[in-house]
Amino acid sequence: MIKETRITLKNVGKINPESIDDYIAAGGYAGLKKALKMEPFSIIDEVLEAGLRGRGGAGFSTGTKKKFTSKSCLTCPQRYVVVNADEGEPGTFKDRVIMENDPHLYIEGTIIAAFSINATKGFIYLRGEYTGSIDKTRKAIAAAYERGFLGKNILDSGFDFDLELKLGAGSYLCGEELTMLESLEGKRGHPRIKPPFPAEKGVFGAPTLVNNVETLSNVPLIIANGKDWYRQFGTERSPGTKIFTISGKVKNPGYYEVEMGVSLRELIWDLAGGMSGDKPFKAALLGGAAGTFVDASMLDERMTYDNLREKGATLGSGAVIVMEEGDSVYNILHNCLRFFKHESCGKCVPCRVGTSMLVKGTEKLRNGVPDKRALLDQMVHESEIMAATSLCPLGQSPILPLKSAARYFAEDLLI
Amino acid sequence: MSTKQILEKFEPRRQNLLMILHALQDNHPQNYLTEEALGETAKHLKLTKSSVYGVAKYYTMFSLKPRGKFVIRVCVSAVCELMKGQEVIGHLENVLGIKSGETTPCGTFTLEIAECLGQCQEAPSMMINEKVFNHLDEQKIREVITEYRKW
Ligand SMILES: Cc1cc2nc3c(=O)[nH]c(=O)nc-3n(C[C@H](O)[C@H](O)[C@H](O)COP(=O)(O)O)c2cc1C
Ligand code: SF4
Ligand code: FES
Repeated sequence: MIKETRITLKNVGKINPESIDDYIAAGGYAGLKKALKMEPFSIIDEVLEAGLRGRGGAGFSTGTKKKFTSKSCLTCPQRYVVVNADEGEPGTFKDRVIMENDPHLYIEGTIIAAFSINATKGFIYLRGEYTGSIDKTRKAIAAAYERGFLGKNILDSGFDFDLELKLGAGSYLCGEELTMLESLEGKRGHPRIKPPFPAEKGVFGAPTLVNNVETLSNVPLIIANGKDWYRQFGTERSPGTKIFTISGKVKNPGYYEVEMGVSLRELIWDLAGGMSGDKPFKAALLGGAAGTFVDASMLDERMTYDNLREKGATLGSGAVIVMEEGDSVYNILHNCLRFFKHESCGKCVPCRVGTSMLVKGTEKLRNGVPDKRALLDQMVHESEIMAATSLCPLGQSPILPLKSAARYFAEDLLI
Repeated sequence: MSTKQILEKFEPRRQNLLMILHALQDNHPQNYLTEEALGETAKHLKLTKSSVYGVAKYYTMFSLKPRGKFVIRVCVSAVCELMKGQEVIGHLENVLGIKSGETTPCGTFTLEIAECLGQCQEAPSMMINEKVFNHLDEQKIREVITEYRKW
């Protein structure tokens, strides 16, 4: 039986999220106090050696990203931190749990990150529909200003940092970092071409560190307790913990923070109480719409970025959507493809046309074409072309659920 | 509050555009952005009216036509579908007597679809203005709407 290892969620349900005193009494802002006495580069080294990887989905080394950002354009007068709080991947609600229950944690992480790269201004880009998170974050920012954790000369360190809350307005694509920067500038959510990366040319053309809420929530813990403490959790290449959000046909759907490297079986049966009905496990969609379907043969694989990638699956945001025998993989795949069609910004042809074609193709699979197998193969081929030619990662996403569904559940798609 | 009073709260910089549009929309009893509001915003930020309009039109949370006092957003994403969420829209359409995208003639409710609201743990889900409702079934939908009708 595995158990949860709550480090980023340790305060959830135990403190009043609207009380900064509660947070401080639970050890909050100790990481910041320690950080302000360190050299900025040694903060970056600590995060780098702790092995923290981005929890927004891609799993990129957070320390490396910080290093790039701190070293790019040294003549630029201003650098920025942007918090990606736009959580919109279907099946994902881990950032909401942090923001609603312990908002100071990620704000503290943001201030430390800013100090380490010498950014004096930051934005939190928070999903417009997340009314609870918005309310708690707004109050937490105000309280942090009042106590001198934000603003001028933070805790007498000479470091100034302003943090501003900005709201999204209903676009999944704005969760993509470069699109988010456009939106922050008050424009439509059309992606920018990469490179340059945000580290070089981010918001208002200045070097910008973009990190996810969960990623930043790990930073105060690493600084307060040290990299060796952090590395006791998880695996060599994926240290630390991960919050998984388990939904669908399990007894106890919800959020669970565990050490990196647990298996899907452990998540479902040890933590989520097993299947909710009498029917056996059929499938899980890992990582949401921009994720991959797996079948029972994957139940014992370690859930780390690298292991899943090697097996053709993805960890993504940590969403685990569980299906039982009798549930239709076809329906869920159709839903994911419809989602991409809805969220495509239409700026480039392969994605605008491709997402529509994939939805139509899926519908044709049901409405009877002579050779369904050939149609499915053609759809996978189309999604490969999209992945190769689309301007931004949204157009590169439909291939993930489509190919994995075709691999494990062809019989569902071809009936 | 008047449009002018709201605009004065924001520094006239383009980066404030989305926040301004949110504030103006929230301020309107019919939950939408009027021609006048868009025009005043353009003037305040020294932008063309068409670029303000382009932004307002792009984001799904903004509406350019009048909506009900209560905007209902029903999640249609994967988990809600898996948990029988497709039925939710139908039940709401029956109870309200309108189709998705429409507003009741009395101007009380607008029915819209939304993508994952981050409530998947208690799917299927919807929001009414700022408030979330989970574990929806026909009976719960009837109860919630009856409650809101009293307002
Ligand atoms: C279409 C799309 C949507 C995304 N949505 C989110 C999101 O809601 N939240 C998030 O943290 N990252 C999201 N990402 C990933 C971000 O682009 C980026 O990788 C992340 O903010 C980096 O932070 P991290 O290094 O801390 O993970 C999205 C990416 C794509 C392509
Ligand atoms: S890939 Fe899709 S979402 Fe990305 S720029 Fe092209 S059309 Fe827009
Ligand atoms: S899929 Fe409906 S709330 Fe997440």
